[in-house]
Amino acid sequence: MSVDVAIVGIGMHEFGRTEGVSGMDQGVIAVRRALADAGASWDDMQFAFGGSMAAGAADTMVSLLGLTGLQFINVMNGCATGGSALFSAYNTIRSGVFDLGIAIGFDKHERGAFRVNTKGAGLGDWYGSSGLALTTQFFGMKINRYMHEYGISHSTLAKVASKAFRNGSENPMAWRRKPLSEQEIADSPMLSYPLTQYMFCNPGEGGVALILCRADKAHLYSDRPIYLRAAAVRSRRFGSFEVLAPSIALEHNAGPTVDASKAAFEMAGIGPEDVDLAQLQDTEAGAEVMHMAENGFCEHGEQEMMIQAGETEIGGRFPVNTDGGCLANGEPIGASGLRQVYENVLQLRGDAGSRQVPNDPKVAYTHVYGAPGISGVTILSR
Amino acid sequence: MAQVPVAEGVFTWPSDAPALIGSRCVACGNHMFPVQSGCPKCSGDSTETVTLGRRGTLWTWTIQGFPPKAPPYAGDADPKTFRAFGVGYVELPGEVKVEARLTESDPEKLKIGMEMELVIVPLSTDENGDEVVTFAFAPVA
Repeated sequence: MSVDVAIVGIGMHEFGRTEGVSGMDQGVIAVRRALADAGASWDDMQFAFGGSMAAGAADTMVSLLGLTGLQFINVMNGCATGGSALFSAYNTIRSGVFDLGIAIGFDKHERGAFRVNTKGAGLGDWYGSSGLALTTQFFGMKINRYMHEYGISHSTLAKVASKAFRNGSENPMAWRRKPLSEQEIADSPMLSYPLTQYMFCNPGEGGVALILCRADKAHLYSDRPIYLRAAAVRSRRFGSFEVLAPSIALEHNAGPTVDASKAAFEMAGIGPEDVDLAQLQDTEAGAEVMHMAENGFCEHGEQEMMIQAGETEIGGRFPVNTDGGCLANGEPIGASGLRQVYENVLQLRGDAGSRQVPNDPKVAYTHVYGAPGISGVTILSR
Repeated sequence: MAQVPVAEGVFTWPSDAPALIGSRCVACGNHMFPVQSGCPKCSGDSTETVTLGRRGTLWTWTIQGFPPKAPPYAGDADPKTFRAFGVGYVELPGEVKVEARLTESDPEKLKIGMEMELVIVPLSTDENGDEVVTFAFAPVA
């Protein structure tokens, strides 16, 4: 029989730009804050899974945290790096191998759109030299097609971004904390039609650490443990439309988000109707819209009505990206998926302050998506 | 000034009717671009090199509105002189959807479903003074 898993400690280094502090150091600060939250010491950690995309091998941080001999495994799995670290930590406890451990994600990226390493992505140099290797193009093309098929309006994209910055303004850990009006967002420079500058998140910096414990020992570290009910990661199947693809099949497949979501709901034994709030990958405003349906929270096209009616606002029927999402927090790839879980733990504990979802939420959902066509989902409950 | 392709084996050049070079799975007939050795549809390990159709319909599109980072971009990345360019996926009937630059960059003139044809366009000038060319799709007039 598998063991239930609880999150008993959370720590985060502020997202954004922190001059003079390396990505690794931001990860270390997140670890120390998570340990303090759990009332545990580094020496208590039996194992760690950690990773970054651009800020070094996580296991080297033991020289700053203490050489305790713990099992430390580096994770590097594209945009699901943090999610994969959490998945691995979850299953390490679930299987009974260890009782207490930590998942760590951090990063620090150069400014501007991601510079894609075409060779590393298995692509020819011609792809980048011809001006095609930009993740931003994919997002523009996916939402443009989606708007054509399902009648999503430009105004809905602006509303999503405006909500993100409004929620971010209530989040002391967020990068972009200035609310922006729908008009300001719509009028900002068009980066990749139909997406404007303020509809895109930026690569950034930050770190998050989560301490996981077998549920029957959780009371030793926390009087408000939050249970991890599911963690799933899926890669793309034939026919899905993904970032950095020189060609895609004629036939259509729904993609890794749909697969990861179904697997997670099955694991948790609940359905989308049971979820009180969600953090959904919002690399840009359109992604949040599409991911609402891909994760099973509505039908394709229904988002137009839901968002126009304010249902995804913090006080709405189904709050989405309550911490401001990637749009307000930026995207340090290794930490991004764990940032979503951090926010859900705060919300389920009732500790989210001025952005607390009302009515005592009990079930919260996270979803990351990214290169090269990978999705990670978690479901948390009290 | 000579013209050189951005890479060998991506499109037929020089040619009066240039075409993209892709692969066809010997086992299941799946088409791929660019050339690759294994098939993502049936896991087959045997493919043959084929030239793809030159015409298709626009499946989706965007406009690259800011200069891509150089490297890897070989074209004009100077913010002062950069000109926005279209990017899209063109559905080649019975084959595959391919991603390409578009010769059109006006959102008003791009429509999903419109007919497109492959053309070869200048990209940059290399260190020998030769013109580097790449592929793009142009609306069929």
